[in-house]
Amino acid sequence: MADQSQQKAVQTTGHAWDGDLQEFNNPLPRWWLWTFYATVVFAIVYWILYPAWPVGNTFTKGMATTTFQTADGKEVTTHWNTRAEFIRDMQSGEEALKQKAYLEKVASASYEQILNDPDMMAFAQSMGRVLFADNCAACHGLGGTPAQIGSFPNLRDDAWLWGGSIPRIEQTIRKGRLGYMPPFGKVLSEEQIDALANYVLSLSGQPVDQAKAAEGDKLFHSDTAACYVCHTNSAKGMQSQGSANLTDQIWTVADVPGAATPAEKIERVKAVIRNGIQRQMPAWEGRLSDEEIKLLTVYVYSLGGGK
Amino acid sequence: MNQVLRMSEPAENTLYAPRKAIYPRSVKGRFRRLKWGVLGLAYGVYFLLPWLRWQRESGPDQAVLFDLVGRKFYIFDLVVYPQDIFWLAGLLMIFAYLLFFVTGIAGRVFCGYFCFQTLWTDVFLFIERLVQGERPARIRLHKQPWNGEKLLKVGLTHLLWLLVAFATGLTFVLYWGDAPELVVAFFTGKAPFAAYATTAFLTATTYVMAGIAREQVCTYMCPYARFQSVMFDKDTLIVSYDRRRGEGEQGRAKLGRDLKTREQRQAAGVGDCIDCGYCVQVCPTGIDIRNGLQIQCISCALCIDACDTIMDSLGWERGLVGYTSQRVEEGGDRARLLRPKVLGYAAVLLVAVGLLAWSVGNQAPFDLTVSQVRQPLFTRLSDGRIENAYEVKVNNKTGHDLGLTFSIEGLPDAELDMGRFRHIVLRPEQRLRLNARVKAHPRRYDGHTHPFRLVATPDPETGLPPVSHETVFYVPKG
Repeated sequence: MADQSQQKAVQTTGHAWDGDLQEFNNPLPRWWLWTFYATVVFAIVYWILYPAWPVGNTFTKGMATTTFQTADGKEVTTHWNTRAEFIRDMQSGEEALKQKAYLEKVASASYEQILNDPDMMAFAQSMGRVLFADNCAACHGLGGTPAQIGSFPNLRDDAWLWGGSIPRIEQTIRKGRLGYMPPFGKVLSEEQIDALANYVLSLSGQPVDQAKAAEGDKLFHSDTAACYVCHTNSAKGMQSQGSANLTDQIWTVADVPGAATPAEKIERVKAVIRNGIQRQMPAWEGRLSDEEIKLLTVYVYSLGGGK
Repeated sequence: MNQVLRMSEPAENTLYAPRKAIYPRSVKGRFRRLKWGVLGLAYGVYFLLPWLRWQRESGPDQAVLFDLVGRKFYIFDLVVYPQDIFWLAGLLMIFAYLLFFVTGIAGRVFCGYFCFQTLWTDVFLFIERLVQGERPARIRLHKQPWNGEKLLKVGLTHLLWLLVAFATGLTFVLYWGDAPELVVAFFTGKAPFAAYATTAFLTATTYVMAGIAREQVCTYMCPYARFQSVMFDKDTLIVSYDRRRGEGEQGRAKLGRDLKTREQRQAAGVGDCIDCGYCVQVCPTGIDIRNGLQIQCISCALCIDACDTIMDSLGWERGLVGYTSQRVEEGGDRARLLRPKVLGYAAVLLVAVGLLAWSVGNQAPFDLTVSQVRQPLFTRLSDGRIENAYEVKVNNKTGHDLGLTFSIEGLPDAELDMGRFRHIVLRPEQRLRLNARVKAHPRRYDGHTHPFRLVATPDPETGLPPVSHETVFYVPKG
């Protein structure tokens, strides 16, 4: 152990309290002090360069600037702020330029090339997902499936009212769609509507009153109700009209799978016949760029398209 | 390390203490030779490794390259992907336990021989001595007023320091890009901003830490220096002064007229220490080892070399300053090596090294992960079947093209739909995200979730085994 006499004595602050109470002074290294001064200098430089001090109802703007382009292509230079930095980054940042290069590649490729190229498909997936979430998810749901059966078609299943091929999907996005079925509540009697509902449900194998269904069959193909005009004789629907296939298991308006009893199922179908359908998908041409529509088309196609 | 504090009158009331300049004298000896060896090896590896070329089936031809943009670390024949990040945890654990293990046995070996602060300070001291001369010359230079000679010598020292610091910073940057290309780009102003910033930062820190701050880094900044004492015990090797031999009964004494030979000194009750001060002069942290174990001591062992030199010249036996342990100092026989603590560290170290080696050795040729799409959980199809969607990620870790065919196992009568990518060919090191959809009839799979495996089978000519990933198929009730 060290000899006590050789230990350096520790200084005190020099003041004695209550006669004998003293405080040790272990001085901090000088470089520590200089480091502290350096942080003060840093702060002052920061105040000069960047927004810092509140002054009344405004603030000191600082000397640093950011230049970015507005939506209409004008160059704007503002004092440095994170929002402007973000806009500039989205326009000319390294990642933004990479994305632009990919967008150009996709824009010049045909649908067939995109669908066969796993890299471009992966890009369409990533960017399409964001575009879909921004523009489509409000109605169709974030994953392409609306929260409940009713107003908006499910894009993940294999039933496509207006067609699930690439050109049909692109046309739907570009021009929008108007889904219309006239209300039959005032045209047909309650018994006729009941018969039709029984027939429609029988087409997809639901338990129904066979006598009423036979009656409905006749009505369906008669000119009184004239259902066959749109839904076709085989009741499989027509993509040019956006009329539904009534023989499959998919329901886009009447929530048949959600009904608890057969009677409730019939009631739900009757409500559709009685009130008709009027729904609209807006046109996105002009609101989205051609590349964005292309990416969305590929994305929606990949959800469940092809039919 | 029982520091005994004594009250004293305040000599001067300073709140901040300036650094006391240290001018370490050079020394020759076995530990100095060992340290030069370690330094040569470390510098050789550090400065030359980025320039070593390496042949790979695909990827860069640099032996060690940390490709941040491509998210791949190339270390000779090993390619580390982000998925292997837990290796880093393993490596850091191994380093930590190795440190505990070595410190428990031999004290601050890392500090004295391997720490880059010590190595770079050594080189900077070497430059300082080369330009300004030995310790007395440096002290004289420091004291003399500023004139041409002082300006030239001090300026040249700092210039050379900056050069070494710059080489250090630039070399570090070369590990993160293609070295020959990056060097050309660096000096033609075409390198990325990060390269310049990193080089500038490391040049500055190297210059400040090794040139100016030096021992203050170890004393004030380094956390390891502060917690190393908890790893010490009575058997830990420490650099220590043999007080009994050195001080005798009457304390140390310089070689005087009647105190020349050992016999004379022993008769006078004086110890073997001739108080030449060589051990103090060579110390890079400016302490006197004869005051016992101190927190500033980095166990560089240069004081041992210094004392051995003096003892040799006197013809006395070496070891007045040497490696010993507290147990020996207190009269014990010799340091015990097989202590529970050391054995424990060794066991943990072995397990960690074994696990890491096993994990690296069994790196899968490709990764497959499957995650179920949860929004929506399922889709009802027109024929009444239920469809679940999955996101499949594959990552080719082989150096060549890899053909993969996907299939499912454990869901009879279910259909797998992967669009046009049921069979895909991945380029070397390619990472891909694919969509998979599985369709099955709910009557067969009523109610709940059904575990199954998605299997990726490499083309037969690759000879690689299939890799599968378990996931679940969800079927709604009713």
